[in-house]
Amino acid sequence: MENNNKNEINRRNFLKTLGIGAIASTAALYGCDSKNKSVGGTVIDTSDVPTDKMTYRTARNSGDKVSLLGYGCMRFPLRQKAGGDGEEIDQDTVNQLIDYAIEHGVNYFDTSPRYVRGWSETATGIALSRHPRNKYFIATKMSNQSEDAVTRSREGSIAMYRNSMKELQTDYLDYYLLHSVGGGADAMQTLKERFYDNGILDFLLKEREAGRIRNLGWSFHGDVKVFDYLLSTDIKWDFVQIQLNYVDWKHASGFNTNAEYLYGELSKRNIQSVIMEPLLGGRLATLNYHAQNVLKQIRPEDSPANWAFRYAGSPENVLTVLSGMVYMEHLKENIKTYSPLQPVTEHELTTLEDVAQLMLKYPLIMCTECNYCMPCPYGLNIPAIFAHYNRCVNEGNVPKSLQDENYRRARQAFLVGYDRSVPKLRQANHCTSCGVCAPHCPQRIQIPREMERIDKFVEHLKQKTEF
Amino acid sequence: MLRKIRIIAAVVCFAVITLLFLDFTGVLHGWFGWMAKIQFVPALLALNVVVVVALIVLTLLFGRVYCSVICPLGVYQDIISWIARKRKKNRFVYSSSISWLRYGVLAIFVIVFIAGVNSVFALIEPYSGYGRVVSNLFAPLYQWGNNLIAYFAERMGSYTFYSVDVWIKSAITFIIAAATFVIITVLAWRNGRTYCNTICPVGTVLGFISRFSFFKPVIDEEKCNSCGLCARNCKASCINSKAHKIDYSRCVTCMDCMEKCNKNAIKYAPLRAVQKTTENNNNTDDSSRRKFFSITALFAFFTTFKAYSQMVDGGLAVIENKKIPNRTTPIVPAGSESLRNLAQHCTACQLCVSVCPNQVLRPSDKLSALMQPEMSYERGYCRPECTKCSEVCPTGAINLITTADKSATQIGHAVWVKENCVVIHDSVSCRNCERHCPVAAIQMVKQDAENPDSLKIPTIDTERCIGCGACENLCPARPFSAIYVEGHEKHRTV
Repeated sequence: MENNNKNEINRRNFLKTLGIGAIASTAALYGCDSKNKSVGGTVIDTSDVPTDKMTYRTARNSGDKVSLLGYGCMRFPLRQKAGGDGEEIDQDTVNQLIDYAIEHGVNYFDTSPRYVRGWSETATGIALSRHPRNKYFIATKMSNQSEDAVTRSREGSIAMYRNSMKELQTDYLDYYLLHSVGGGADAMQTLKERFYDNGILDFLLKEREAGRIRNLGWSFHGDVKVFDYLLSTDIKWDFVQIQLNYVDWKHASGFNTNAEYLYGELSKRNIQSVIMEPLLGGRLATLNYHAQNVLKQIRPEDSPANWAFRYAGSPENVLTVLSGMVYMEHLKENIKTYSPLQPVTEHELTTLEDVAQLMLKYPLIMCTECNYCMPCPYGLNIPAIFAHYNRCVNEGNVPKSLQDENYRRARQAFLVGYDRSVPKLRQANHCTSCGVCAPHCPQRIQIPREMERIDKFVEHLKQKTEF
Repeated sequence: MLRKIRIIAAVVCFAVITLLFLDFTGVLHGWFGWMAKIQFVPALLALNVVVVVALIVLTLLFGRVYCSVICPLGVYQDIISWIARKRKKNRFVYSSSISWLRYGVLAIFVIVFIAGVNSVFALIEPYSGYGRVVSNLFAPLYQWGNNLIAYFAERMGSYTFYSVDVWIKSAITFIIAAATFVIITVLAWRNGRTYCNTICPVGTVLGFISRFSFFKPVIDEEKCNSCGLCARNCKASCINSKAHKIDYSRCVTCMDCMEKCNKNAIKYAPLRAVQKTTENNNNTDDSSRRKFFSITALFAFFTTFKAYSQMVDGGLAVIENKKIPNRTTPIVPAGSESLRNLAQHCTACQLCVSVCPNQVLRPSDKLSALMQPEMSYERGYCRPECTKCSEVCPTGAINLITTADKSATQIGHAVWVKENCVVIHDSVSCRNCERHCPVAAIQMVKQDAENPDSLKIPTIDTERCIGCGACENLCPARPFSAIYVEGHEKHRTV
């Protein structure tokens, strides 16, 4: 499939979009900073995070100056409730993170009524309302994916829209998205039901006219028919949110479409892209040994995450790159990456394609830990199971045979680590294959099948039988 | 000198046997499993003639060294008594033997033993009594300690230590163990070896034999000035210093008196050979500190146990704990052959319960099999690769079995409970039981034979089912599984 010749052309195309001038100037700026040194394998140098160097992109239709780093509010930190009865958002930490982000030039905050068990908008609203409204842009979504009639009805959807404003403590939304179009068993049908039959799309267009929605767009996962369809209508979309990273550029997995195509189609129509999954759900932040080695050869001080963000932010039609930051260290590191952006060079693009190829050789499960599949009715922790499996793949702890040299060590690491990262009752062997999860997965992972596969693998390890 | 050898040997034996009950990884049992098998009652139950004869010969030669070296409960009492001595020295007095009590208890013991009511004699049998104390009271401490190490290991990226669940496997057994612990500790604290010389049936039997033992501590009347120091330091209260007599049925050959005697008037020698033999005055002071282990932990008595707490993460459905189904016949491990065999041989020492890595074995609460192991599958199932319980059992209650034989032994059979099955209850497809059955005894069939799209329900081939409980444990129905295992009175081979 991969044609070398084609690669060349595509890489050139990609570079064209970068704006060559920017490379020279920013590279010079960045390269001279001698303080950016640190010790250790993964470089998370959080000293001297600049407050005024953030790269901004201008939204073409509204003129907003949007920070290249966007704050994804889908993975906020949680804490135990004071009474010990369940969990809640750790609002203090959220406030701290958002304050820090704003102080350092981040101004785009992306949430949804569905995120963090439905608590994200409230928490985002609390944190943001402590700042002047003109200091930040709010993005939220029409998240009426759920199949029940009430949510999908006109009234239910409008109520969701109005509630977002209430939770976010505002009377206008800067960016509003049709959430996750392209999903559902029949994606076109689902699109019709969610936005056309109930007249919600018309309603939202009117809201845009009225100025309560300043930019209207949609986020896309899944069936490319829907993508093409929405671009073919005469509605003028202000922006579109797509999944883009150096693996998905050419090697989108499962039902996803290559970012190269998505980004190209949007650029043709002069529509800016908001980028999600720049780290492919964290998988580009922890690379396997070989991939890591390739990158360290070029920029020994940069972390894999650093690379991934630089890649995602480089194309000039990218408005902002979303990152769901839970830890201050990640926030700081990402701010530094984009303060200012040092676009990837042509040589680096070749390298990243090599790394993508290397990644594909590892049988990772393409889970981004978005948690859309959760909660599983039988209590499984699906993302945690996949995360453990992927980690073991990367660390070489998924033996291929009983004869493997490191079988004993790998077995111990896999099994002990499994019990540590996933409570026994939430492991793959409890999957009933009911299939409730599968349609929710934006990556279209065949969750029950993968669960069965992991379960079999674990059984082989436990019984020490040949695979 | 002899005393020091005795102490070192006792501490080693004691530590190893204690560790057998603490080690949940099963590593130690490969090396030291025999330590449990040389215990008197287990050997008797296992009809291990070699060991029984060897122990009798040992006693005939050297007296009751079994009681002060091999028996963990005896050594435990010595440790308590040793601590008590630090508070108050020379605290024992001679008392005469209460023979009616000793032989009375022994008689009852023999009767229940012959009658096969093992749950009664298990209560006073020393080895299993000690096993219960360790597995019920000390093992949780050990496991918590392990979990703490595992906690740090996890943070250091090490996979050497893993955490284990700590839970009370049977309230009744726990209470009995706690009572045993309190009674034995108090008796030892106050009067040394009271238990051994009044109640313990092994002590009585060996005491009877040791009267005729070849070597014994003997008082040299010519040297003795009747100071009584020996009697006041005899934890068995068996030295009548005034009459220069030692009650050999109660003497546990601890050699304490010999070291205490200032006049070197007590010797460990063949009775008849006690002559005026001069001996170089080996006045080594008993200053050797036995710093083998700290015993402060023994006093931390735990009445409150943290119930097995379940980690519930964000966005996860709450998982209800499974409840024990009402089994008409209890399930016992492969290797035990039948309920009868288990009941007749088991001393309820809890060694198998301690090593079961799958949280399957626990002591029974039923009176007929009190504290003897039985299986249940709420927390795990009897995994095909594991035969740990059969490897450690010292009494022949669970005979050694290979994994292949185990997978061909029907210890029970699965029963489907229609109304609990999620396929019927929630109309969803599920084949978890079928998928995990190691012997393919479950077949999914259409609920409605006419309808090609019908959901499938499990059917059980009881001829193939071995009763391992994989289906029961992994059944999504909660709190009661839709498929559970009924035990077999007598195990069969497929």
